[in-house]
Amino acid sequence: MDYFIELFFSGITRGAIYALIALGYTMVYGIIGLINFAHGEIYMIGAFTSFIVATVLSIYGFPLLAIVLLSGVAAVIWSSAYGYTVEKIAYKPLRHAPRLSPLISAIGMSIFLQNYVLLAQTSDFLPFPELIPDFPFMEPVAHIVGSSDLIILITTAIIMLILTFIIKFTRVGKAMRATAQDRTMAMLVGINVNQIISVTFIIGSALAAIGGLLIASHIGQINFYIGFLAGIKAFTAAVLGGIGSIPGAVLGSLVLGLTESFATGYVSSDYEDVFAFSLLVLILIFKPSGLLGKAETKKV
Amino acid sequence: MLRLENVQAGYGNILAIKDVNLEINKGEIITLIGANGAGKTTTLMSISGVVPARSGKIFFNNQEIQQKEPDVIVRMGICQVPEGRHIFPELTVRENLDMGAFLRSDKKEIKRDIEYVFSLFPILAERRGQDGGTLSGGEQQMLAMSRALMARPQLLLLDEPSMGLAPLVIKQIFEIIKQINKENNTTIFLVEQNANQALHIADRGYVIENGKIALSGTSEDLLKNSDIQKAYLGI
Repeated sequence: MDYFIELFFSGITRGAIYALIALGYTMVYGIIGLINFAHGEIYMIGAFTSFIVATVLSIYGFPLLAIVLLSGVAAVIWSSAYGYTVEKIAYKPLRHAPRLSPLISAIGMSIFLQNYVLLAQTSDFLPFPELIPDFPFMEPVAHIVGSSDLIILITTAIIMLILTFIIKFTRVGKAMRATAQDRTMAMLVGINVNQIISVTFIIGSALAAIGGLLIASHIGQINFYIGFLAGIKAFTAAVLGGIGSIPGAVLGSLVLGLTESFATGYVSSDYEDVFAFSLLVLILIFKPSGLLGKAETKKV
Repeated sequence: MLRLENVQAGYGNILAIKDVNLEINKGEIITLIGANGAGKTTTLMSISGVVPARSGKIFFNNQEIQQKEPDVIVRMGICQVPEGRHIFPELTVRENLDMGAFLRSDKKEIKRDIEYVFSLFPILAERRGQDGGTLSGGEQQMLAMSRALMARPQLLLLDEPSMGLAPLVIKQIFEIIKQINKENNTTIFLVEQNANQALHIADRGYVIENGKIALSGTSEDLLKNSDIQKAYLGI
């Protein structure tokens, strides 16, 4: 039973990280109908930024809490700046182009950013400083739930609540929903649609950056390539839940995380991806719009 | 108040309006009638800045607006109820109305305006918590007009408000258009295929054919014109 609970917690921890990245995919898709393939790289850049800041600060002997907060803030700002810039450079000029063009542009951006970090940093795995200590009060259950799992879960839960609040109740959140539902009409009620698209990219990038920080300190090492697999997995999770749907992205991520965790625990870690992607295929066959997605209807 | 001079606009290689000239004075109800594909919707979209004019000039209160972004044009006082109503399907009736007041921050006055549109269309008050997508066609048209009124426009652009509605509802909508024009002194630019009904509430009318204004005049003159009777009124 302990083993089951352990797998369960490790599954939802994974799922929580996927969710932080998947939200960026799904929000951008919801608002401009684009799969932003460079999103995984934004997450990787977030991990690198927090790595650099955390390493420098720990050399200067800052207290742990300050290191965590400062490197988190730095990662969020830096990744958001990249997300914003990528949209302005690679997607905005293609706003009225056929759908395939921005998609190709996104893949190009992804490759560009990967290689840019490869050249600027190194191709080696870098040891990420341990930012989350083992809490003494977690001692009795440490064999089931680690301290970093706990922190990841709490952080993600708080972020989800904030995001839900922003989207449901704030002016900018309402404008985002309106733009996603009907872009022409959003313009006609006076929403600056370009601004809303930028805000969406910034929020998505900030979430990915936090995900990058959390997972890097959880796993303990990073390199320029981590964005690729994380991006693919989070994208899978977003499709699983129904791309364009925010609750769907979270649900899809949790389902994917749990599937992988149980597959690793009860079968073999070699097969975790097989199970993850088989699940995706099954869901797409039986419910093509994803768990919470709506079938796309076109008015004639 | 609004003046279009030699306006051209279109999509891709297609020029949907080739040479549109018209003028609307404050307080008037003006109608633009024409067949499918004549360029009615494009004319409205170019005024709102969604399909920017390629050449020509659009003046609003003596200011050129053809280069301005849609949100700036809304801020200046031009609101549009587009063809097909474009209700935000997953926002409630109340939230749809709030979106209409997106550029305003005077909470008290917004609340008063919501009461006002609820008095124009009592059915919307009953449906306020319902998603916009679940309303009937007539209710959606009422909501779309109310949403536009929430911005307190000086000039209201209406694109085929009667499309797809039952005759009784059409009558009600046209009554309200007249009422809005009278009570708030809102200038109205009404695009219609239903030429008969439109000309009966309008002061003046323009006829658009193949992207050009073919004819204009007072509603009475247009109703008497034998070409119009044949082509648009079915007499």
